[in-house]
Order: sequence, then C-alpha cells, then structure tokens
Amino acid sequence: MVRLLQIEFIKLWNNRASKILITSYFVLLTSIALIAAIKFNIGPVKFHLADQGIFNFPYIWHFNTFITAIFKLFLAIVIVSMMANEYSNKTIKQNLIDGLSKKEFILSKFLTVISFALTSTIFVFVVSMILGLVYSDYDELSIIFSDLEFLAAFFVKLVGFFSFCLFLGIFVKRSAFALGFLILWAILEQVMFGLLGWKVMSWESAGRIKDFFPLESMTNLIKEPFTRLSAVQNIGEQIGENMNFDYHVYWYEFLIVIFWTVLFVYLSYALLRKRDL
Amino acid sequence: MDTILTVTDLTKKFGPLTAVKDLSFTIEKGNVYGILGPNGSGKSTTLGIILNVVNRTAGNFSWFDGSISTHEALKKVGAIIERPNFYPYMTAVQNLKLVCKIKEVPETKIQEKLELVGLWDRRNSKFKTYSLGMKQRLAIASALLNDPEILILDEPTNGLDPQGIHQIREIIKKIAGQGTTILLASHLLDEVEKVCSHVVILRKGMKLYSGPVDSMLASHGFFELRSENMEELKGLLEKNASFGKIESFNGTLTAYLKEEMDAESLNKMLYEKGIVLSHLVKRKESLEEQFLTLTKNN
Repeated sequence: MVRLLQIEFIKLWNNRASKILITSYFVLLTSIALIAAIKFNIGPVKFHLADQGIFNFPYIWHFNTFITAIFKLFLAIVIVSMMANEYSNKTIKQNLIDGLSKKEFILSKFLTVISFALTSTIFVFVVSMILGLVYSDYDELSIIFSDLEFLAAFFVKLVGFFSFCLFLGIFVKRSAFALGFLILWAILEQVMFGLLGWKVMSWESAGRIKDFFPLESMTNLIKEPFTRLSAVQNIGEQIGENMNFDYHVYWYEFLIVIFWTVLFVYLSYALLRKRDL
Repeated sequence: MDTILTVTDLTKKFGPLTAVKDLSFTIEKGNVYGILGPNGSGKSTTLGIILNVVNRTAGNFSWFDGSISTHEALKKVGAIIERPNFYPYMTAVQNLKLVCKIKEVPETKIQEKLELVGLWDRRNSKFKTYSLGMKQRLAIASALLNDPEILILDEPTNGLDPQGIHQIREIIKKIAGQGTTILLASHLLDEVEKVCSHVVILRKGMKLYSGPVDSMLASHGFFELRSENMEELKGLLEKNASFGKIESFNGTLTAYLKEEMDAESLNKMLYEKGIVLSHLVKRKESLEEQFLTLTKNN
C-alpha cells in the first residue's frame, strides 16, 4: 500500500501544475481563518463576522466543512488530470508493462484520493479547532466535541466526489473534456430533477429521488449552515418565515454516497480491465 | 532448457478483424528471437497480449512455469513497445526511480543502466527535452533496470536516424552478448538477421514459421557464376541433376542447388569440363529473400 502511494506521489509531486494546485488548495483551506478578519464599520453599525457566532462550537464544524468543501474543485482538477494524463502520455500502458497490475493501478489512484480527503479533513479539523478556541463563546469539552459527524460527512463527501472525478478521468481520457463532463453532469442532475417534478411526479417525490443522484447526494451530506446562524434566525422570525430546517447528517445519506463511491471505483476498474490499450 | 514463455492458440479479434489467429510458440531461455512480419501482421498485438495491455479473445499464454500471475511475471521482464512512454515533466532519473518502485527493485542500478545507454550525462534533463533516439535509449535503460530474464523490443529502431539505429543495435548486441534472452519484433529483416538465432514469422495474424533462422527454408543455397563461355556453362548446369532453377541476369548466372554441394567441387567439375570461371560465389538466401518467399501468397 505504501508502495502504491509512493508511486502516485512521485507522479504528482514532480508535476509542477499539480504541485501548485495542491499547495494552493491547502493554503485556501487554511485561509478560511481569514473570515475572522471580516469587519465592517459603517458609521454606528459595527459588524464583525467572528462575533456573529460562526466560530462557536459546535456550529463551526458545520460551517467550516461546508465552506471548505467548495475548494474541492482544485483537487478535482488534479485528480482528473492525474488520471487522464496517464492516457495521453500512454504511461498507463508502460506502468502495466512494467508489472503494475490493473487492480494495483486503480488502487494507487484510489488511495491517493483517500489521502487527499483524509488530509483535508485533518486540516479542517485543526483550523476549525484553533479558530473555535480563539472565538467560540462556549469552550466546554462536551460542546467542542459534539457534532463531529460533520467531519465524517466531509471526508465521505470528498472521497465520493474525487472517486467520481477519477472515474470521469478514466472514462473520458482527456482532462479538459472530463471536467466539462463533470459540469455537464451537475447541470443534468438539476434538469432531471426539474423534468421529474414537472412532468412525472410531485415535486416532493422528485426531491426525494434527487437525493439519490451522485452529486446531489454529496451536497446533501452537509446542508447549508447559514440559516442556522442566530442572526439569520432572528431576521427569519421577524419576517415570519419558518426556518426550522433539518441540518443533521443521516446514516442513509452516508450510505448513498458510499454506494456511489464503490460504484465509481468499481466502474473505473471494470473499464480499465475491458479496454485494450 | 528453461521455457520463458509459452503461447498456445492465441487469438485476438478486433470486431470483425482477426488480428492474431491460433498462434502458438515457445520462447526458450538464452536464445534471441525475432518476430517478423509485414506491418499489420499482428506482431504488436501479440506482444500487447503477453504484456497484459491487450485482452485476448481466446487461447492462452503463460510466463515461466506458469505459477505466477502475469503482472508478477512482468516484473522479471523488460519490455518497450512502440513509442517510449514516460512522464514528460520528469527527468530521466525520476522516471527510472518510478519504474524501480513499480518493479520493486532497488534504485542502485539506475546509474549503471543509464551509463550503458549513454544517458548518464543527461540524467537530470526532463524527458520531454530528449530526442527520439534518446527517448528510445532511456526506454531500453528502463527495461533493463531489473536485469530481466527476457527483454522484449517492439520496433526499437523505428523512426530513428542512421546514427540512432546504429546505437540501438550496438546496445542490443551488447545485451545479447551478456546472455539475456531477447524477443525482437521488427519488419526490418537485416536487423533481425544480425542478432536473432530464432524467428517466428507472422502474416495476417497467422504463424508461417517458427524455429531457428538457419532451417527456415529447406534450401542448400545457390551459386553465382561468371565465365567467358556463359552458354556452355548454362547448358552444362542444366544437365546436372544437382541444380534446379538457373537464372541469367546482368551477365551472371545464378544456379540454385537441389542438394548439398560445395564451391570447390563445382569448380573442379567445371574445370575438368573445360570451363574456367571468372567469378564463383556460394551463398545462402538472405533472410529477406527467405522471408519474401515465405510470405508470398501461399
């Protein structure tokens, strides 16, 4: 396993574009701390974002995992191209000839995906912990370590998303087209949802089916955290809008994403096995 | 003798096209094999199958005694097929380190192999800055990193300039001289003739011949003769039962032997009959001539 990771590491780290993207990704993850510095001073109105409770435990776990997940696109580019480049450089052929089995090849890519996701999760955990300890109004241990399922959700979400990228890289073989396909797929899910709700069934059941789509199920794992903020809640109450959304992470949501992950990795392997190079 | 590779009834179909059909042959340790065949005769497909990158339609192959999986076996094989494929953004040394990791061999051989192919001075240049000849030599170095039991080369001199071709051939000869088994696919016959002891000849995916180069054709060779008195010479040879076809071209007679005869006894016989030769050469058909005879639409 270590050998497979080392192989992938040599390939990635010697590539300048990948190196820059990976570095910027982790810099961006850290830079979420900069949100704390957002302050507005408009005359009598003083607004300091850090004081709005976004860094309160345990809310911070939810908020930070949601925000940082946006940056995953950086790694998506790296993963798609690390796969597609193997095809365009024909190095996949040479790797197999040199004695890497097809299973090992896929495994080395998947292990890389896992390590990306794991490192990201640890990063977010550490950054959030520090931010929380500095700004949170609550600092009892039991509160700090509650709602940690958001971190697990973050990890599973990244693994799922990156596995999808991996599959697209193998399937399309060209990084630019694979990324295009990814965007197309995201739009397609919405279109399918729209069509289902409009023509086939009620919007409610269409919404339930939508939760099973790959990208949608990943989004669903961590729901938007903004309406949970007390400031936003207050505004909601004033205008009489009911804002009691359900923010929790459910086991079946994990299951759906894990199902897609397994499917994408298996499909990548099946595709590689079936194809002549 | 140890068997390195056994191929039995191998078949590969690409849709309606049959690229390789019921191909069987074995590779023994210590010999230098050539796979010959015109373009599109299935050479690369065959190599692709035994190297785990092309799926077979039917048939079997087994490496060594067949007890280990193909990808484990490939770690003991060195192979380059078609173009050299490396990571363009990595240097020669970085690329070779990666290959060492894949083959699970220590990195200690990198210097030795790069020196063998004359690339040690350029070891820290990126692969994409190499000329085609250098890329091909790096591929050979990479294939040798594990001191393979067998070295497989597919058209190793394709697209190279004369100097590059010469360099590659010298390297191949050097490696063959060390006793490494080599399997060389090529359509360049003089290349195969110079290094190979055994050949497998393919045409349209079918095997026409496999065995030692020498016994490819049941041929006893031919004489090239010139004399003052060509007419009389020709008449004499036609009457002799040892000779088959006799051709006259550009003032030279070419007489094909039906049975073994050495140049000395022919010379003696003709002299006794009063014919003095000004030119006498005994030759065997070159591989090219034999190859063309074999691959002619039979």
